[in-house]
Amino acid sequence: MDLKLDHHSKDGIEIVDVEGEIDVYTAPRLRELLIELVNNRFYQLVVNMEKVEFLDSTGLGVLVGGLKRVRAHDGSLDLVCTQERILKIFRITGLTKVFGIHDTVDEAISARRAEK
Amino acid sequence: MATVELSFTALPAHVRTARLVATAVARRSGVDESLLDEVRLAVGEACSRAVEGHQLYCPAEPVRLALTDQAGRFEVEVTDTCAPGARWPGSPGGGEGARGGDSNPAGSHPGEEAYSRIGAGLGIAVIEGLADDVQISETSAGTSIRMSWPLPEAVR
Repeated sequence: MDLKLDHHSKDGIEIVDVEGEIDVYTAPRLRELLIELVNNRFYQLVVNMEKVEFLDSTGLGVLVGGLKRVRAHDGSLDLVCTQERILKIFRITGLTKVFGIHDTVDEAISARRAEK
Repeated sequence: MATVELSFTALPAHVRTARLVATAVARRSGVDESLLDEVRLAVGEACSRAVEGHQLYCPAEPVRLALTDQAGRFEVEVTDTCAPGARWPGSPGGGEGARGGDSNPAGSHPGEEAYSRIGAGLGIAVIEGLADDVQISETSAGTSIRMSWPLPEAVR
């Protein structure tokens, strides 16, 4: 399936729900959304990837770019993902050390609050 | 002789089609179900890389994908027709246009290029992390990425 994007606020953190496939064709849409959120001063982001069916290195690049943007404003970008086939890509590329990866949105929010 | 050969216009939208075809042929060839996700991702990475290279250097030329099962292995070859020495996305020095999904200058600010370079190396890193055997070779016609996975004894 194609890429479906949505976002909403929860406890002061912007949750980005991603559904479908993130690849060289669809990743630009996710990038545009992350840029738009940062431009609108949302600097605490959680990207919920529980419904992502496919992720490639283009998608990883977009997430790294998003992380860089929010960090420029002392913000954060955490991920929610429990799917082994998606997590494997983060492990192969060493990005598990770069992103906070959580099992649920609530856990990601709690972890972010605890760091403040 | 490849089991299936696919030639497609160098457009990002076609990479998904290439992934689907490769996965279907791998399944039909008997590749273990547990490896199909790896085949799908590695083929997608190789095709994405080829498409981005073609868009930079030879947009009119198609990208080729060949899928073969022989000698107990399922082999995938992705071939581009960019001239050798072209500054490939993902290669050392492959700066402008390098992939990574965040190389779009729109909204860029200091440090952007550094992150693009990080993304640029990810595609090859993913392929090498996934495929059982990887060979990248440059020919006079372009670059080919050859990857293979073992077939179970029962289907050899």
